[in-house]
Amino acid sequence: MRGAMTRTSKTLYDKIWDAHLVNEQDGEAILYIDLHLIHEVTTPQAFAGLRVAGRKVRRPDRTLAVADHNIPTEGQALGVDAVADEEARLQLKTLARNVADNGIEFFPMGDIRNGIVHVVGPEQGRTQPGMTIVCGDSHTSTHGAFGALAHGIGTSEVEHVLATQTLRQKKAKNMLVRVDGQLGPGVTGKDIALAVIGEIGTAGGTGYVIEFAGEAVQALSMEGRMTLCNLTIEGGAKAGLIAPDDKTFAYIQGKPSAPKGAAWDMALSHWKTFFTDEDAVFDRTVVIDGSALVPMVTWGTSPEDVIPVTGNVPDPESFATPDKRAAAHRALDYMGLTAGQPISAAKIDRVFIGSCTNSRIEDMRAAAAVVQEAFLHGRLVAPHVKAMVVPGSGLVKEQAEEEGLDAIFKAAGFDWREPGCSMCLAMNPDKLQPQERCASTSNRNFEGRQGRAGRTHLVSPAMAAAAAIAGHLVDVRTFLEETA
Amino acid sequence: MRAFTRLDGRAAPLELANIDTDQIIPKQFLKTVEREGLAKGLFYDFRFDGEGAEIKDFVLNKPEFKNASVLIAGDNFGCGSSREHAPWALMDFGIMCVISTSFADIFNNNCFNNGLLPVVVKPEELSVLMEEAKGGNHMVSVDLETQTVVSPSGQVIRFDIDPVRKEKMLKGLDAIGETLMHGGDIDVYESKRALSQPWLGA
Ligand code: SF4
Repeated sequence: MRGAMTRTSKTLYDKIWDAHLVNEQDGEAILYIDLHLIHEVTTPQAFAGLRVAGRKVRRPDRTLAVADHNIPTEGQALGVDAVADEEARLQLKTLARNVADNGIEFFPMGDIRNGIVHVVGPEQGRTQPGMTIVCGDSHTSTHGAFGALAHGIGTSEVEHVLATQTLRQKKAKNMLVRVDGQLGPGVTGKDIALAVIGEIGTAGGTGYVIEFAGEAVQALSMEGRMTLCNLTIEGGAKAGLIAPDDKTFAYIQGKPSAPKGAAWDMALSHWKTFFTDEDAVFDRTVVIDGSALVPMVTWGTSPEDVIPVTGNVPDPESFATPDKRAAAHRALDYMGLTAGQPISAAKIDRVFIGSCTNSRIEDMRAAAAVVQEAFLHGRLVAPHVKAMVVPGSGLVKEQAEEEGLDAIFKAAGFDWREPGCSMCLAMNPDKLQPQERCASTSNRNFEGRQGRAGRTHLVSPAMAAAAAIAGHLVDVRTFLEETA
Repeated sequence: MRAFTRLDGRAAPLELANIDTDQIIPKQFLKTVEREGLAKGLFYDFRFDGEGAEIKDFVLNKPEFKNASVLIAGDNFGCGSSREHAPWALMDFGIMCVISTSFADIFNNNCFNNGLLPVVVKPEELSVLMEEAKGGNHMVSVDLETQTVVSPSGQVIRFDIDPVRKEKMLKGLDAIGETLMHGGDIDVYESKRALSQPWLGA
């Protein structure tokens, strides 16, 4: 049994938890929150609740607001008044008013620092090791890549954090996912994440905080680590964590909100205390051979419905329980696929490169590298495919343009857009038409997620770029050898 | 928050695993700045076709389930997005209790913060409830005090629930008000932290 009186070794999660305990009663803790990220969709009712109760925001300085979920990905410079959707416009204006009333820093649409909340936090240096970070968005788990305990919350909890800068929590269990070995070419953080979800299932992480470790995880860049932690929520876990190391510190150093001078040295020595003790005990351990992984793709309507790109669509009757069999039958029907067919035979109509999972500069570079190589072989986006690239923030967009990545995408026939969540959840005008099939770098292949009756296959940025050019799902490692 | 003590009502069977919050309430209904009026969007793509016409064989469109107050659903209910619009929509429709073998974490928290009771039962108990609800009698009773569900045929199923959450749910306590009673502890924590981690501000 964990938690015995004699046990002093702690996991990374235990350490962050202990460092934020304000109070604990009957197994329920009041946990201090270091950073609260907010956006337009999940906050209006929380601010309204505060107003009704006559409460104030306790720490506006520990709160940061962006507009990302329902903003259009073109014409952002025209401002909120030009947003065509009336309800979206009202929601954006409500956020602007709420942050102004409460003195919260806000990057509005069109500000170069604006973008998807989980891209902006790290990019600004707001996200730091050992912190507790929450946001009314499930992919807050992204920030775990810095060794911060970060997770999504509902609107009632947003209101609770605004009013008290704390959250009432029960402690989760510890799970270790160790990915050994070196990843092969064309295999990315996204593929690790999908393979893990395939292994444990979308409910496999329920009740756990997962720490990712092992050679393959350490070798990932910060971007790759963010992709991996981003998808932890799709495995049902409360949060994902990776212990901070020199790569983490180097990423933060010099960012606008990073500590400077003497404060930097002080922060650094604090951050270095956040790691799992050698003899700490995990409640569950999963070991994955990273060297055996191949690029992954989803076939169904749950992120656990995942297979290697070289694989075939499974038979729904092969699932264990009646509700899972029913869900698999429904998924194949919805996706327009047949049991046993090679997944690479699925012809696609759309490609979406973006979302908080894969819209950072490295994702842009990975996709552009595939596009450029294909271009040198005389290949462009397949004529029947509409492909779009949506950088995660204004700063990612600017950096990509400085590197000439936009020119590569545009020359090959991709649409280069302005930042936002875009077709990850299709609250803005970017959406799939019914039955359209999309290779997407986002995180959810749920029914209707990218547009009513739209069909989503989750893949890495390089795989999405390759699919755009091949016109069907394809193994990025070999697609250029196929005849055009 | 609404208190939940006991509920007698119709239970609608929805035998699908991994029902996510995008299915419970699709994104086009998230542009509201209100909590009310979300029933119209509940399970929208299950209830209505592309033209907005009712899909007759979806369980909540059947006459006997139009006023269901309990939902019996497959494993991992409420996974996906953190949107609290999911419990708001369920409650606005009249569903005050969901029974499943497991709930996704954020959805589960959101339910407790609104007074919607998530009941976790064992797989064999879920099958019993699911099968019975598909039959002629759909009435169940859920009692939070005694932690029991009585199935349409009268089988009594006991469920576990965290005692702290149970207490709050029974009384309908306001979580923020409760936490603010510990305001002194938060002040102390913040002043200590201002010394040890000054770069985070005071
Ligand atoms: S990109 Fe998608 S998953 Fe990420 S915050 Fe936006 S809507 Fe959520």
